[in-house]
Amino acid sequence: MIESLGVVPVVAEAVDANTGIIPLQFIGFGLGVLGLIFFFGTSVGMFRFPDFYTRMHAAGKGDTLSTMLMLAGFALATMEDFSLGSWLLVVKIMAIVLFIFITSPTSTHALMRAAFEDDEMPLEEKDLKEAKKKVK
Amino acid sequence: MIDWFCIIMGSALFLLMIPMVYRIWVGPTPFDRMLAVNVIGTKTAVLLVIIGTLFERVDMFVDFAIAYALLNFVSAIVVSRYLNRTVSLREMEAKEKKKEVGA
Repeated sequence: MIESLGVVPVVAEAVDANTGIIPLQFIGFGLGVLGLIFFFGTSVGMFRFPDFYTRMHAAGKGDTLSTMLMLAGFALATMEDFSLGSWLLVVKIMAIVLFIFITSPTSTHALMRAAFEDDEMPLEEKDLKEAKKKVK
Repeated sequence: MIDWFCIIMGSALFLLMIPMVYRIWVGPTPFDRMLAVNVIGTKTAVLLVIIGTLFERVDMFVDFAIAYALLNFVSAIVVSRYLNRTVSLREMEAKEKKKEVGA
């Protein structure tokens, strides 16, 4: 299927479109789309939120969850059979998921701490009111 | 089927990274920029797994993704420590100057 695009000559010979286990593939696609929705939330939040801490709120939560969902979905979708090699692949991808589950909140916390010690103050109610007055 | 899913998902990820690039470009503080770089790096690990699925060499690309996630974490920690240190040094210098002026 992919050779019709003409961009990936590596796999042009050996593409069998229906490798993989169909129910697992559908579960994986669902997880991937769910992760994409969460990443859309992260992206909109990073674009629109007014303050560093609110942006960090969007980025920290949505990024971690969407990465975990997408990687878990691909771990299920790329499983071809139940042999040792594909189980090893699933375990490796789940190792990335575990690693990101631990490290992404940690790095968010470290950045928040650095920003707070840099006197980066969170947005308060009076700042929002002033901003509204400026707009009007 | 999975090829088309990979292509659509990878391009959607790439398009959703554009607001992060905007945040790197205009971010008011360096912490905003570092946060956006961190998000992009985490998503690049996912993108590597997608590319590996497309090339049917997932077993090889997964190792790259692990290494990339590790490097991303280390760089975030190092940069946050670095910004923290420089700022506190600057504050110490300012305090010393204040003391000199006061004396």
